[in-house]
Amino acid sequence: MIAPIKILWLIPLLPLVAAGISAVLPRTCRKAAASLAIGAMAASLVLAVIAFVHTLPNTPREVLNFKWFDLGTTTLQLGFVLDPLTALMAVMVTFVSLLIFIYSIGYMAHDDNFARFFCFLSLFAAAMLGIVVANSLLLLFISWELVGLASYLLIGFWFHKPSAAAAAKKAFITTRIGDIGFFLGIVWLYSKSGTLLFYDNGTGCLEQSTLNQLLTQTALGGMAVSTAISLLLFCGAVGKSGQLPLHVWLPDAMEGPTPVSALIHAATMVAAGVFLVARVYPLMSTGTALHVVTWVGAITAVFAASIAVAQNDIKRILAYSTVSQLGYMMMGLGVGGVSVGMFHLITHAFFKALLFLGAGSVIHGCHEEQDIRNMGGLRKFMPVTFATYAVGMMALCGVPLVFSGFWSKDAILYAAHHWEPSSVPFFLGVVGAFLTAFYMTRQVYYVFFKPANPALRHPHESPRVMTIPLAILAVFAIALGAIGTPAWPWFQSFLGGETVHLEFAKLGEAMGLMLLSTVVVAFGIGLSFWIYRRETTADPLEVKFSSVYRLLQNKFYVDEIYEATIIRLNAALAKTFAWFDEYIWGGLVSLVSTLVLLISNFSRESDEKLVNSGFDEGCATVRDSAWLLSKIQNGQIQRYMRAIGLALCLLVIALLWGCS
Amino acid sequence: MTPLSYYLGLSGLLFAVGFAGAVTRRNAVIVLLGIEFMLNAANMNFIAFWRYGVSGTAPTGIMVVIFSIAIAAAEAAVGLALIIAVYRHRQTTQLEQIDSLKG
Amino acid sequence: MPNKITFCLTAIFTLSAAVAAMRLRNPVHCALSAALAFAGLAVAFLGLDAEFIGFAQILVYVGAISILTIFTVLLTRGSEVEQRAAIFSRSWITGIAITIGVTGAILLPVFSSSLSFKTAPVAASAPVQSIGNELMTRYLLPLEVMGLLLTAALVGAVVIAMSDAPDKKRLVVPASVGRASVTGFSSEVLPAKAGTTNQRELTTV
Repeated sequence: MIAPIKILWLIPLLPLVAAGISAVLPRTCRKAAASLAIGAMAASLVLAVIAFVHTLPNTPREVLNFKWFDLGTTTLQLGFVLDPLTALMAVMVTFVSLLIFIYSIGYMAHDDNFARFFCFLSLFAAAMLGIVVANSLLLLFISWELVGLASYLLIGFWFHKPSAAAAAKKAFITTRIGDIGFFLGIVWLYSKSGTLLFYDNGTGCLEQSTLNQLLTQTALGGMAVSTAISLLLFCGAVGKSGQLPLHVWLPDAMEGPTPVSALIHAATMVAAGVFLVARVYPLMSTGTALHVVTWVGAITAVFAASIAVAQNDIKRILAYSTVSQLGYMMMGLGVGGVSVGMFHLITHAFFKALLFLGAGSVIHGCHEEQDIRNMGGLRKFMPVTFATYAVGMMALCGVPLVFSGFWSKDAILYAAHHWEPSSVPFFLGVVGAFLTAFYMTRQVYYVFFKPANPALRHPHESPRVMTIPLAILAVFAIALGAIGTPAWPWFQSFLGGETVHLEFAKLGEAMGLMLLSTVVVAFGIGLSFWIYRRETTADPLEVKFSSVYRLLQNKFYVDEIYEATIIRLNAALAKTFAWFDEYIWGGLVSLVSTLVLLISNFSRESDEKLVNSGFDEGCATVRDSAWLLSKIQNGQIQRYMRAIGLALCLLVIALLWGCS
Repeated sequence: MTPLSYYLGLSGLLFAVGFAGAVTRRNAVIVLLGIEFMLNAANMNFIAFWRYGVSGTAPTGIMVVIFSIAIAAAEAAVGLALIIAVYRHRQTTQLEQIDSLKG
Repeated sequence: MPNKITFCLTAIFTLSAAVAAMRLRNPVHCALSAALAFAGLAVAFLGLDAEFIGFAQILVYVGAISILTIFTVLLTRGSEVEQRAAIFSRSWITGIAITIGVTGAILLPVFSSSLSFKTAPVAASAPVQSIGNELMTRYLLPLEVMGLLLTAALVGAVVIAMSDAPDKKRLVVPASVGRASVTGFSSEVLPAKAGTTNQRELTTV
């Protein structure tokens, strides 16, 4: 039996090969592209499960490092790591991706670019798995960028729509801004520690000796170097996971097809930021970087949840919900550690994917209608979608005990409650939970319960290829809760590398908190239902608190602020540089070219006037002197004879004179 | 006995006369005559030196002069034929008018 | 060996005739006085006991070359013999000056060398037999070459002086070619009684 660490690299490679082959297939090979993608993903799933099983009995971390190339005397190494975190993420990513791939067969069935879609999906899956198995910050960064590329390609899949193209650009550029900090952090870390491998027999950058070294050095502002590097690395996570300053791309990314939204912007890619923080947690936990993480996460959670209350596009609500939940995950990482944040990430992946796929089913069934005000009463027409969507919604709100979201969110709130530096994140988390329940109920009511919109023609249930993944995800949305309860914290001990014990007593400690969150959720659902149960035309909140509502609906005008400040500054800078380039550098270039032309002209002139005419003059001189000389020969023989006589005299004189 | 120098003087002066005529006269035939004089002067020189035993008793001088005379005769024949040919084309024997080889 | 007086007389005679040959106006007179000069030289040769050369001189120079010259003068006369035309070329002073220079160049080395002041001639005799002997032994090659040269000169002179237009007169070449005689102008001797000749043809060959 081959050790899983040795074949770990196959997990990202298989989808990459599938993407490569699909890329060269013609557009009409739809079945081939889909089969390749699904086949590769299924194979990766099998391998991931094998690796997961291998790590179950608390096996220690295994790494496989290899040399990439030599730069003079330094060697650049890459590597793969197999530890509980990797195994967990690998299984989650491959499983959810596989379900979404199958779903896409139905959703994209009418699209002409079916094959291209699966090619990009496979590319994305390969890159995401690359992030997951990487043992080197460099390999992680490479895969990170590939993920960004795949996201760009998929958001702008319908590129002939200007809004989609613009959204793709916005996503790429915004995450790029975060990646600047990320890269600076990588470079700084490399310069300080000399290695980018995470675990490398004691010399990796996450291992104790390096961390000690980084902690003792101080950077600007008295911060420890490790804190500064952690904050820079966190910039990348802020960009990729849509935390507060760089969240603006996520809602616009809903321009992509719904499977894309489900896979990338709910379950996996945005979770990459959280995964990054979890991966480099040993580095982050030295120093005070985690405080920043927590605050950013908490504020984002409330910020995004409040915006979601006033949105009317079914996917946009879910997008803001994702931003909010990501904030929760960051907060969880900050206050409670890797297991708390990762638990919420795993549960969120399943129920958010479920919600997005359900929204896709609704959109598909309503013939591409996306505004919830134009929907209603769909629970009669799309029962399976309704049931699974309800499960997802309840998991997201944190309806107690049955649904996984309750356990994961409570774990976060519990850890926040016990956080020493401040209790404010805890309160923000509670407020966010309330808002989450509120807007989700609003959405579900508008879509499924409200009296039907007569303008909606023949809403129908989606085909089985779309509803079966929904059902599977719904099962997981419920079942995953069981692995993280305080009574039997298998998840936490798995990640922590300890053995787990069944302890019901732990439930008692958390009882107070569980009651509080139940009350909050009930309050949120009840209030929302009470407000919305009657109205069908206008949103009562919009009527009563119109200015606040407008503020929320316009997303706190963050996009407009960015436009007015940063974008304008960028444009001005670009104009300045363009002017610079055209007049200064261009001027220099034309100056040089003028100089060269001058020199060449001068050279040509001198060649023509001096050299040529000099030569001509020389030839003329020779010719004239020859003409002169030829005058000696005048055909007069007697003159020749005289010359001979004269020469004779001279010769004799010379002889006599010489010999005397 | 006449010294050798007398003979040499005679031949020198004869050479001078022949040379003067060759470079001065216009008529080509007279120029040829002058050239004959020069050749004759040289012959005289040879005989004089032979006679006065400058180089032994072998008839070397005589041999040379024999050949010289023969050559002079051939050259005079050809030269005169040339003058006749030129005269046929140019209708003149004035050397100054026969200058088509000028540069 | 003649004594000085004899030699001087001969010398003066020769030189005067030579000068006259160079200065006379009429080219025929020049040729005739040249013949006299050649004769005087022949006398000098005879005085130097070079009998063969003396007689050869008379035969060739006086007998052939002078006659040849007269023939040529007669053939190239036309109407250009004018009484008052200049006989010397334009810059004859230059010629005279150069002649003086050449004379000096010749006489100076002669008279500055002691070799030329010998007075006692050795007893030299050059019988014809010895000359013939030498010709056949030591000077055989030059002899043959000379024959070739004379043949070439003979043929060449005839060809050069022949008229270009094909004429009815045929070229008559004597069968025997004398060593020191050129008689290639037989066609000239042919009388003008061919009937179709005129003045122009007489002067053209």
